[in-house]
Amino acid sequence: MLAFLVRRLLTLALTAWLATLVVFAVLEAIPGDPALVMLGTSAQPEAVAALRAQMGLDRPWPVRYAGWVGGMLHGDFGTSLTYARPVAGLVADRLAITLPLAGLALVLSAGIAIPLGLFAAGQQGRAGDWAVMAFGQMGIAVPGFWFAILLILLFSVRLGWFSAGGFPGWEAGAGPALKALLLPAVALALPEAAILARITRTAALDTLREEYVRTAVAKGLPRRVVLRRHVLPNALIPVATILGLQFSFLVAGAVVVENVFTLPGLGRLLYQAIGQHDLIVVQSVVVLLAVTVVAVNALVDIACAAIDPRPRVTA
Amino acid sequence: MTGPMKIGGMRRLKRLPVSLLLGGLLTALVVGAALLSLVWTPFPAEQVRVVARLRPPGPVHWLGTDHFGRDVLSMILVGARNSLAVGAAAVALGAVLGVPLGLAASAWGRWGDEAVARLGDLLFAFPAVLTAILLTAALGAGAVNVVLALGLFNAAVFARVARGAALAVWRRDFVRAALALGRGPLSVTLVHVLPNIAGVVIVQGTVLFAVAVLNEAALSYLGLGIQPPSPSWGKMLGDAQTFLFTSPLQAIFPGAAIAVTVLGLNLLGDGLRDALDPRHRSAGLL
Repeated sequence: MLAFLVRRLLTLALTAWLATLVVFAVLEAIPGDPALVMLGTSAQPEAVAALRAQMGLDRPWPVRYAGWVGGMLHGDFGTSLTYARPVAGLVADRLAITLPLAGLALVLSAGIAIPLGLFAAGQQGRAGDWAVMAFGQMGIAVPGFWFAILLILLFSVRLGWFSAGGFPGWEAGAGPALKALLLPAVALALPEAAILARITRTAALDTLREEYVRTAVAKGLPRRVVLRRHVLPNALIPVATILGLQFSFLVAGAVVVENVFTLPGLGRLLYQAIGQHDLIVVQSVVVLLAVTVVAVNALVDIACAAIDPRPRVTA
Repeated sequence: MTGPMKIGGMRRLKRLPVSLLLGGLLTALVVGAALLSLVWTPFPAEQVRVVARLRPPGPVHWLGTDHFGRDVLSMILVGARNSLAVGAAAVALGAVLGVPLGLAASAWGRWGDEAVARLGDLLFAFPAVLTAILLTAALGAGAVNVVLALGLFNAAVFARVARGAALAVWRRDFVRAALALGRGPLSVTLVHVLPNIAGVVIVQGTVLFAVAVLNEAALSYLGLGIQPPSPSWGKMLGDAQTFLFTSPLQAIFPGAAIAVTVLGLNLLGDGLRDALDPRHRSAGLL
């Protein structure tokens, strides 16, 4: 287990380092002067020169790269041109919306998908199974942002139960804030739940064929107990792996869904930074999200290796 | 003569997975719409008629008009063409980059394998939307960047799938026999391995096509994909959101077009997988 842990952490560090190189290289490839791109062609030459100095564009790229990565390791992600604030502070503010949104979506998706997948496995080949799998196909086919618009159409335009977008801030209280996050979280959760329900069903069906499950049934345990005690814990290993992989889709989905609901989260910050040519924000937030995706995948791998009893039994 | 042949044909058709038939039908419908738009649309898709703006569906404009008075049906037909073109290009780019990498990893042993695995990790770290945002920040918005972003992500998936499938083929007797007869790794890869993993690659390509259509729509919704005045389903949804209170139907048709396309491609992928490898056959349609 220790060797696996060390190897996985080394891989994580290598991939994270490569991710910083890729982002740096892509933004280095900008045709022309990045300072001019950020300030616009009508900018005063003095302002362009000042920004060039601030970004260190007069220094060779290896020095700039080392300074950028070194700064990030110390929590210094640079200063946003648009907001005239350190990017780290901006990101922290926006994470206060994006993290609860992603967390809520993850809980909703697992809360919907795992019971549905288990139910479908228990009903294999019958109407219930077909209904769950049809939900799976439709959930994967419906684009999350269209589902978000449909939710707004129903719950905001027709019924008036929710606002069509915006965020009141946590200072308005947990109730209104969570209410503003609920529709976006549902929109984000649907495609994930659809995929997860299919994976749970397949994993549960595989586990149902195992001999220890047959033994449990032969012992006379009720079906519900067999599903809960023997099938669910073993089926959860592939489900957890997929949940980890889905994190990257959740990140991508959050960028889009936050824009549908005009939620001032990390995704919207990134999107607005493109329009504002705020390359410092784009660079830092993309690296942050990419490294988070890599780290979550590594954590899931480690968690799966830790909870999978088979290697321990073999040992 | 015709009778028995007809019966044989029907039997063969019945033996095909339902998902393959339904997926093929839906996909054919979308491809047909895209091809039709090359020769005919009810109105020119980019024609602006402000006097006819936000018209509900009716006998002249079957699906209504948008806020510029453009015919929604015409835009959806041309949008199908754009969406399929971007999806196909992204899958082709992914396959051209990813399949040789996967094949090389399976043939080169441990180090090649390790290098491709790490490259896959790196590409997976950047969801297509992130890559597209990065490329847009550097090079500006446009369909080419979307194809690049989606293609790179697809390459990682193709490399992994091709590697996994190829490793299984390398263990088979006829490959060992070919090696024993003195054939080199490149020759074995091209003559024996590649044809045997083609099915898996095609199935994966169908699924990635569906994902590419979804991602293209999302990126165009954000304004990072296909640029106006060329119609795209995602951009149509973005525009329709502004008029949700006055013209809610505008937000229905482009979304339904995306869902039908993705559903068709996914079912086609499932059906092809079932037809090519009956061990995977699932319960009927699903």
